[in-house]
Amino acid sequence: MQKIEDRSETKYYLITLKVNGDSYTRAVKANTLLVNFLREELDLTGTKKGCELGDCGSCTVLLDGKPVNSCLVLALEAEGHEITTIEGLSQNDKLDKLQEAFVENAAIQCGYCTPGMIMSAKALLTRNPHPTEGEVREAIAGNLCRCTGYVNIVKAIMSAAEEQQ
Amino acid sequence: MGENYEVIGKSVPRIDGVAKATGRAKYTGDLKFPNMLVGKILHSPHAHARILNIDTSEAEKLPGVKAVITHRDVPSTKYGLSPARWDETIFCIDKVRFVGDKVAAVAAVDEETAYKALKLIKVDYEVLPAVFDPYEALKEGAPQIFEEYPGNINTEIHQHFGDVDKAFAEAYHVRRDFFSGQRTYHSPLEPHVSIAFWEGPKVTVYSSNQSVHYLQYHLARVFGMPMGNVRVLKTHVGGGFGGKLDPTGLDFAAVKLSQITGRPVKMLYDRKEMFYNNRGRHAQYMELTTGVTKEGKILGVHANFVMDGGAYTGLGVASAYYAGALLTVLYDFDNYKFDMIRAVTNLPGCGAQRGHGQPQPRFAFESHLDHIAEDLGIDPLEIRIINARKPKTVTINDFKVDSYALKEALEKAREISGWREKKGKLPPGRGIGVGNGGFVSGAGYPCYRTDLPQAVAIIKVHDDGSMATLYTGAVEIGQGSDTVLLQMAAEAMGYPLEKMRIVAGDTDLATHDFGAYASRQTLMSGWAVKKAGEEVKNKILQTAAEMMLVVPEQLDVKQGVVFLKAHPEESLTFEEVARTYFVKYGQLIGQGSYKPPKLGGTFKGAAVGTSPAYSAATQVAEVEIDEETGEIKVIEAWDVHDCGMVINPALLHGQVHGAFYMGMGESIWEEVLFDEKGDVANGNLAEYRMPTALDMPPVTSELVDSIDPNAPWGVKEVGEGATTPTMACLANAIYDAMGVRIESLPLTYEKVWRALKEKREKEKA
Repeated sequence: MQKIEDRSETKYYLITLKVNGDSYTRAVKANTLLVNFLREELDLTGTKKGCELGDCGSCTVLLDGKPVNSCLVLALEAEGHEITTIEGLSQNDKLDKLQEAFVENAAIQCGYCTPGMIMSAKALLTRNPHPTEGEVREAIAGNLCRCTGYVNIVKAIMSAAEEQQ
Repeated sequence: MGENYEVIGKSVPRIDGVAKATGRAKYTGDLKFPNMLVGKILHSPHAHARILNIDTSEAEKLPGVKAVITHRDVPSTKYGLSPARWDETIFCIDKVRFVGDKVAAVAAVDEETAYKALKLIKVDYEVLPAVFDPYEALKEGAPQIFEEYPGNINTEIHQHFGDVDKAFAEAYHVRRDFFSGQRTYHSPLEPHVSIAFWEGPKVTVYSSNQSVHYLQYHLARVFGMPMGNVRVLKTHVGGGFGGKLDPTGLDFAAVKLSQITGRPVKMLYDRKEMFYNNRGRHAQYMELTTGVTKEGKILGVHANFVMDGGAYTGLGVASAYYAGALLTVLYDFDNYKFDMIRAVTNLPGCGAQRGHGQPQPRFAFESHLDHIAEDLGIDPLEIRIINARKPKTVTINDFKVDSYALKEALEKAREISGWREKKGKLPPGRGIGVGNGGFVSGAGYPCYRTDLPQAVAIIKVHDDGSMATLYTGAVEIGQGSDTVLLQMAAEAMGYPLEKMRIVAGDTDLATHDFGAYASRQTLMSGWAVKKAGEEVKNKILQTAAEMMLVVPEQLDVKQGVVFLKAHPEESLTFEEVARTYFVKYGQLIGQGSYKPPKLGGTFKGAAVGTSPAYSAATQVAEVEIDEETGEIKVIEAWDVHDCGMVINPALLHGQVHGAFYMGMGESIWEEVLFDEKGDVANGNLAEYRMPTALDMPPVTSELVDSIDPNAPWGVKEVGEGATTPTMACLANAIYDAMGVRIESLPLTYEKVWRALKEKREKEKA
């Protein structure tokens, strides 16, 4: 990894991250968080910041298909991995089944948890296409929602799973 | 619902759903402006201290720092809700009053530099004794927090209607109980954000807030600017629940820092700072005395409360009045006494949180009522039916209640929950409980004294009639107001919803409205929208009549088609009529305004609790308790709501789910804790324990038929009312399961375990 120092001797690392299928090369500090890289460097603001401590799940993205809190991952660590954000889920304006199900089942209120919630659900349905309700609840237990009581979110994920069949 | 509506009464998907599901929806924190700086606030490390000196010179020297401000750089104008309690300034001047109080702010090229600069600000403090408990604060000799509140008494209320002593003397049974609540915090997932920039004498403020009007009013007043030179707007807002109604330090600091630097300044709170800003639920200490007849009819109630206000007042004075005012609504009784002291302490200031002041008193009263029912040998649900208010009545404190279907809600809840089969018949460790609640559908009077209307709306039809835009000051914070108001506009105009757009929550580009609080927008903003839509409709019918050579009374318009009522096949499209109107008369615009009639009595505080319409709700919940560990599992819940005509059932039930969820969190887990220095001890989303998807039980949300005569199409509120019965219904279910009452919220596993242990020891002895 190429290292650059500025005049105050702060070190920057030249990294290339693959996000939603495209490669981006940027110089970042060692402590740059993946969430800040996505939001500040790439303007992918669909990934939200709710707590910056890994408690709320608003910043959930997929790292090689696995859901991670992008506020707990350094941008440096993400090199060499495939990152998928909410922006990478819909293809050419065609919504993912989960996104459609969230809209149709009134699973969205303020919407701040929605991108992270959908990413966690996406990871679940990829590894387990026919989850039970309990498995759905477990999969999103790390994603807090303050508006919906999760009732319609669980309903939406179950309905997207059914539709996949 | 009888009437045949085209657009309202239907569960259309919310209009911002796709934007939010794809991540395209921009929240304030997602915005960037060229040349933008980042601002941060320096918070007090002491709960109570005199400021001796602030030295910002080192911070100013740090490369990348563009401005450092303290109280010396900003107006010292005090702000708050009511003039008698304007007690907060942008930055502390002589004293800090809680850990987290606002001392200074910086603007720098990036966040890291801003944080470094904060550390370089040197503040000399003389630490003063602090007080963290309202009862301690009220004792003689306690540290005085504000000069203007001797004895730390911030608000004192004494109201007496009828004759409570006489009612108690005549009662068959008089019972007194004591309950307490805890501090909770809204914890919206989106933290507060504010971005300000100046163009000449005018400042623009993007703020994640619940009322663009009130924020504009506060900023203009404190900075001494004409309101027209302050533009406040919002993008998508990530939840509010009452916490985004009071202005924050971010709003004021961003305005000043951007003025000094001539650059846009973005400021946001991190999670801990959110807990410092607070304005969440007050902890209340509630003594209730009630006299009843042998049959369970309530004769009189005395509510004697103390609340911990924290350091500043803000909306908290209204919370104090609401705590007692709304106790009279659900059950009909003729004698009522309400005493309240709101004490100030050296903790973050409390304010409005979902149900404003009322949920804890409801918890107390509904728990108290269960004890009374038990004393009299009456079923808890039955005693509520006996006392439930009837429609077209007036409360003892002068609230006019026109539609009210609490009795029907109770009866339906009894049916759908299987109450009769369960009450007293569940296996050990299981329990079922009931609680009632409700709320105002908009506060009868604005937050500050003004004769402005509550809401104004404008609908502009595009030149060729192919589209129409609704302009409203109503604020969408997730509850769905944009969607609901567009449904109302389309219904009133006779126009398809798909062709409607909205511009909302912008003091320049939209219209006046007081915003999202007191569950007011469906009724109040809805009235303005309905009137605006009807004006458009009238103009369309008038123009169509000219085109068709008939009189307007012969015509109607639905879903974009204008037709002869007698021969519907003779029709014109809305579009061609609108275009003709545009060519002949200019822009096709409809405007509506709403101001409620004079409401309420004349006694001190009579305005708080007035409303054009009151909702009612019954909740029943079933719980299971692990007698070994004290663990509580909420098994299932049922909510039946009287919320008038429903504009969008899917959104409405979503509000009920979320309200129950929040109430459940406050019942069992949520509590803001402090260390011995008065610093927030659990200011994060792991230790401030909000329920997860694994905690949430199935919730059945049902309605009773009800149409309020004072509301557009008969609508009423739902978002706050549905959180008011929850703590009581869970407390009563837990009591039913274990046979001992826990009188203090939250009803934690530990308290349950201790109570059960004590019970077993008593039984042994």
